[in-house]
Amino acid sequence: MSDLPRDDAPQNSNRWRRFAEWDERPLRHDLFAAENPEAGFSVFHSPYDPAPSLSIEGGRVTVMDGKPAADFDILDAFIAAHHIDPDMAATAMAMDPGDIARKLVDINVPRQELEALARGLTPARLAEVVGRLSALEITFAYAKMRQRQTPGNQAHVTNAKDDPLQLAADAAVAVALGFDEIETTMRVASNSWANALACTVGAAVGRGGVLFQCSIEEAEELQIGLAGLASYAETVSVYGTERAFIDGDDTPWSKALLTAAYASRGIKARCTSGAASELLMGFHEQRSLLYLEARCLCLQRAMGVQGTQNGGIDGAPLTASMAGGVRELMAENLIAVWLGLECASGNDCRTSESEIRVGAKITPYLLAGSDLICSGFGSIKKYDNSFNPSLFNGEEIEDYLLLQRDFQTDGGLTPVEEDQVLGLRVRAVEALAAVMEELGLGSVPRARMMSVVFASGSEETESYTAGEVTPISAAIKARGLTAIDVVRALARRGFTQEAENLLLMLRQRISGDYLQTSAMVRDGRVMSAINDPNNYSGPGTGYRMPEPRWQAVQGIRNVLTRERVLAAENVGEGGAEADWLVPAGPAEKGVNPHEVVIGVSPGFGRQLHQTTAGHALADVVAALVGGITAGGGTARVVRMLHTADTSFLGLAAARLSGSGFGIGIQAKGTTVLHQADRMPHMNLELFSNAPLAGLDHYRALGRNAARHTFGEAPEPVMVPTHGEALGARFHVRVALLYAIETGLIEPGGHPVELDYRPEMRAPEAAQ
Amino acid sequence: MSADPMSDLDLYPVAEKAPERVRTPTGKPLSALTLDAVLSGDIGAEDIAITPEALMLQAKIARAAGRATLAENFERAADLVRVPQELILDTYELLRPGRAADAQQLLDRAALLRRDYGAARVAALIEEAAAVYARRGLFVKRY
Repeated sequence: MSDLPRDDAPQNSNRWRRFAEWDERPLRHDLFAAENPEAGFSVFHSPYDPAPSLSIEGGRVTVMDGKPAADFDILDAFIAAHHIDPDMAATAMAMDPGDIARKLVDINVPRQELEALARGLTPARLAEVVGRLSALEITFAYAKMRQRQTPGNQAHVTNAKDDPLQLAADAAVAVALGFDEIETTMRVASNSWANALACTVGAAVGRGGVLFQCSIEEAEELQIGLAGLASYAETVSVYGTERAFIDGDDTPWSKALLTAAYASRGIKARCTSGAASELLMGFHEQRSLLYLEARCLCLQRAMGVQGTQNGGIDGAPLTASMAGGVRELMAENLIAVWLGLECASGNDCRTSESEIRVGAKITPYLLAGSDLICSGFGSIKKYDNSFNPSLFNGEEIEDYLLLQRDFQTDGGLTPVEEDQVLGLRVRAVEALAAVMEELGLGSVPRARMMSVVFASGSEETESYTAGEVTPISAAIKARGLTAIDVVRALARRGFTQEAENLLLMLRQRISGDYLQTSAMVRDGRVMSAINDPNNYSGPGTGYRMPEPRWQAVQGIRNVLTRERVLAAENVGEGGAEADWLVPAGPAEKGVNPHEVVIGVSPGFGRQLHQTTAGHALADVVAALVGGITAGGGTARVVRMLHTADTSFLGLAAARLSGSGFGIGIQAKGTTVLHQADRMPHMNLELFSNAPLAGLDHYRALGRNAARHTFGEAPEPVMVPTHGEALGARFHVRVALLYAIETGLIEPGGHPVELDYRPEMRAPEAAQ
Repeated sequence: MSADPMSDLDLYPVAEKAPERVRTPTGKPLSALTLDAVLSGDIGAEDIAITPEALMLQAKIARAAGRATLAENFERAADLVRVPQELILDTYELLRPGRAADAQQLLDRAALLRRDYGAARVAALIEEAAAVYARRGLFVKRY
């Protein structure tokens, strides 16, 4: 990828070649920015940030963060009028910021007490306080201050063709994966109604009951919501400077009206804000990212929105390019929840090409939990994400599921099974096809449906194109079709459960329960900060996965059990002796000066028949014996019963050997070349990475052993490794197999002479 | 909070704890929203909407939970329930920077909303905007 000329003459290069290797890593695509407050590049503090201050006269704010009321810009004015609680301000602003910071991480100070304090703090003071916390403290404080106790997650469901069939199938999968919200958007703006309809139908398949939205221009989004084809909105963007706000074509008052308008239609809404948006828009006023974001968040609480999508969002990659930037993203999330806002905590944008940085970015959120850990986890493939790739994407869902399992933490996702998913995808495309036909939106060819069912992404489908979707979308809008029409169509075509699921969501609109802070719908019930409040106050409190949930989180694919491993390894239950390795009485010390004894482990060739590399033990013994013979030695095979340890197998073999040289080998293939008068762990040669050892290696080791008996010092056999994570790849199997060997140990057992009969080798052992 | 038997928080979730307190805009109870009723046409799109009463109830709950600004938003929303969609969108447009030519245009809209729809809280928000827009020079045409 590098455009730089490659140095092909390293001996002439004055450069450690490791740097050239580092240049090739994905990380090197990332850009990193230097601190430069004048250019808007400052993270936690800029010299141009105002000092925190607040004066109130007659119940009105007269000075805030160093600025008199007459000079307030639109943000200051709205924050002063609607965020600052005059009854709390004097107490809160008089407190030492360090004391407040300590309260944030003090399990003895309730969340509600801190939220009350926040209502009396100015943006500059909020930023100052969280700036005193380390990344660990921010994470901890976030766990304590976040609003709803049970964590959740949100999915992006989009595709590069705006194909409604794929949207429906992918929405159904997202629901099965456990996402509590589904957000769609489109490549072509005029396809919004079709996208919304498709996701509405798909989200009603299976578990059902998730909130869904279609991200588009505000007026259109409100219309779609009014038709019941969306149940929440999060495009109410706000910005931290007046000029950025105006450039974004809004004001705090226009956004406050829009927020109320959503609620008036029974639609849940959250605002969007995040660090560096002002920087991207060119109006940063030389302020720090965190201070501007504190303004945004105070404004959101002031507007009365229930929550925020916050934590960089589109500005996250730029923020992450700065030193301490990822810590800042967490800090702004902390301010959000401290202000009592639901937080869909970002993690919705690929902030790095480095998978390590991506995994590290998400980890604090998995540990702390969040109302919605990602404000858009890409449930689809990267190239299908019409918002741009998320931090995590369809490609990496299983990695995320493992992180949940590793840390025993609830990231909101549940493993799915292949049959289950396929069934849901079929059901979803059939349901959508039925709705489209029933509503006169077109007849869907079976081939299109099937191409979508099996496709991982839109590059594999032969289905609708964006251009074909546009007239469908226009018809939905023009005919004023609503979610009630969809319910009816589903029910008429026999999709009763899906109709019920959708109706359940529509019924929620009448009570407005999901308008409250941090509301989501699980199993048909609304859970929010009101009826599921985060009460973390130390060990044993707060959210802990209920046992059934923990069991579900563990249900990833390919978990090995002892039974599965033993079956796969062709482990013999009876432990019968192999025909090619026949016991022939107690083993004695040999006298042949060129003899090499091969000491095999207790289960070798009896219960266990192949190495971890997959070689039949009969082949391995044949290689060793062949090597010894080729080297001019004489092989003798002995079974050890007193040990299964490689070193002692080898040493015991060497002491039985007429030459004093012996080979110890475990059934899993770990092999040592030993000499009788050496210390147990000071062997001559060792194949410690059995999964990499091939038959040629065994043959060469046998030959070396023989040459040692002639007093030579042959070059040791090297089994090359390429840095494979052998422990991760093999140790589950190794531990289970080795336990079989150790279980067969007879502490006082005398070695048994084995009659090696290669001609008797069972045909099934040959591979 | 549960010590107070009359706490508004005890009404939440309303659909479970106090379903009798909310009705559809056409006056039907929550229990009337069945699939059969949708199929027979007894329930239509006009039933799938929140009422000012439900929003005021949620505002009380939010206030009891210590979320005063959220409560105020729900109250403004209650004001807007009966305001036609087109008028809401037009008012939103009018509040965007540079759309209104002067403060009077906003004040006129506030007066209309107050007079025709009783939307006093939304009107107050618009009047507040008019004053700040005037001071900050936001009545400059943008396109």
